[in-house]
Amino acid sequence: MADSDLALFARINKQDSQAIAGYLADGGYEGFKKALAMAPNDVTEFVKKSGLRGRGGAGFPCGLKWSFLPKDHPGPIYMCVNADESEPGTFNNRILMEQDPHQLLEGIMISCRATRATTAYIYLRYEYGRSFRTLEKAIGECYAQGLLGQNINGTDFSLDIYVHRGAAAYICGEETGLIESLEGKRAWPRVKPPFPAVEGAFRKPTVVNNVETLCCVTHILQRGIEWFQSIGIPPDPNNPRDPGSYGPKLYQVSGHVNNPGCWELPLGVTARELIDDYAGGVWKGRTAKAVVPGGLSTGFMTNAELDTPLDFAGPGRVGCLGLGTAAMVVIDDQTSMVDVLYNSCRFYAHESCGQCTPCREGTSWMMKILHRIRTGDGTPRDLDLLQEVADSMGIIPGTTICGLADGAAWPVKNAIQKFRPEFEAYVQNKQTSTDPIRELVGSH
Amino acid sequence: MSATSNNVISDKMREAINGYMPRYPSKQAVTLPALHIIQEEMRCVPQAAIAEVADMLELHPSQVHDTLSFYGFFKHETTPLGQHRLWVCRSISCMLRGGEELLVELSNKLGVKPGETSADGKVTLEFAECLGKCEGAPCVLMDDECHGNQTLESVLALINQAGGHNGR
Repeated sequence: MADSDLALFARINKQDSQAIAGYLADGGYEGFKKALAMAPNDVTEFVKKSGLRGRGGAGFPCGLKWSFLPKDHPGPIYMCVNADESEPGTFNNRILMEQDPHQLLEGIMISCRATRATTAYIYLRYEYGRSFRTLEKAIGECYAQGLLGQNINGTDFSLDIYVHRGAAAYICGEETGLIESLEGKRAWPRVKPPFPAVEGAFRKPTVVNNVETLCCVTHILQRGIEWFQSIGIPPDPNNPRDPGSYGPKLYQVSGHVNNPGCWELPLGVTARELIDDYAGGVWKGRTAKAVVPGGLSTGFMTNAELDTPLDFAGPGRVGCLGLGTAAMVVIDDQTSMVDVLYNSCRFYAHESCGQCTPCREGTSWMMKILHRIRTGDGTPRDLDLLQEVADSMGIIPGTTICGLADGAAWPVKNAIQKFRPEFEAYVQNKQTSTDPIRELVGSH
Repeated sequence: MSATSNNVISDKMREAINGYMPRYPSKQAVTLPALHIIQEEMRCVPQAAIAEVADMLELHPSQVHDTLSFYGFFKHETTPLGQHRLWVCRSISCMLRGGEELLVELSNKLGVKPGETSADGKVTLEFAECLGKCEGAPCVLMDDECHGNQTLESVLALINQAGGHNGR
């Protein structure tokens, strides 16, 4: 996209892009003022009509999520901002918070106006120290300008925003795990229903939205529905249930490319375009063997699948879990998929919260089976065993409370199905790989 | 309970913890902020501090311990953090660009295994899962600031530049 077409990233390279003075000079908080002049339900309807879908991974329509809140609830209603960004390969929320905190704060304010929430907690992963300090400063500026606090701009709308720091646990990105953690408990996801909109933080109606989603809300109010729907992919006319993929998206590319980075592009760009036109191609003159389309949980695309458009529906058509966080990880042709899958399984075994047995045991056994394969002791039967374990865990087979298990299983399913000959050859040739960290600490 | 000289949690820390109370409708929600305040200052969460936090938040000590032990983040008093905590990312994007090798090199150079603190007490080395700076793989987190595109030399320079714990 040309620089002049950018919305989410329009300000990130400006000097002092974090300061409120520059934000106001660029027309900032006009969207919030517009929302303040509207009835809350009208703001919800406006965002609903825009077609905005959540950017955190699941792609659930944002305005629809808000409309699940009980009508005429006496309050309090809470907003939780999911800033626990921890999906391997994902980093766009960090850039948004570090470079343009007021864009996010305005989105929070508009969303709280729409949902009648009077307190918003930004649940921020601890590792984002710079984001923490940037947001704290920006929130302070808002209170000083009268944009936060009691009776904002002389209206009946009051709002407080607090940053709540996590403690390095991936599961806190699951919205009910996040709420439990916010409440001071272990981050065990809750059985749903009730969904947070009915019973969330502190047992009150709660909305949980991702950072990038809320930044989109800011621009939808400032620029309008027509602008938002002029970008991206409209709904499939042959599928009445498809909400489409409207709006800009912050695509991230990391791994074996010459120029890793994050770009704002219309939803629907292909993986190949991202690699070749933006990320400078695969490094060292190599080709891509596999690509993670949207954060590790979404699985793998093969080289032959790289022309898949990365909209909400695209990755699913080639057997991936979904668009996820639109965080692409490129794996070159000199890299062993056995090693990549071991890394994936080790991550989920480490991050499973332990509440549901199929996930706690399954993630751990998948890692152990891959360890066995990597020490030369694997058998062809192990590949079927991996597939069997992966198929038995998650929301999809109905054996776990949350989707962490589906995200742990998906890379295994995709790798074994799409790269089976490589796994078979590895096992048959009794190839081995080292795990330098395991050698150091004696465990995974 | 009023603060006395027998308390592990200082008056200053208590004041900071109490400052979080108005933010939440429940005192239990102050658990993580309290644990962060204590560990930042004491480099661990001592057993006695768990009971004192429970007392401040009107919880049973087992409730505080339950939350604390869920997060691998908080250190036991027998293995406190050094002046600085250095996390080396081992997740997919960093692994593909030498993150694991970087951790091994640092381990050898500092003479410690992941989880241990250097003999001079300056730095605790640990592995981390995805730190969210994948465009700068391999990356490390020094305390809570992330640094991308790291090599053994650049991380050693970061350690050298870091002052004492309270000097940063």
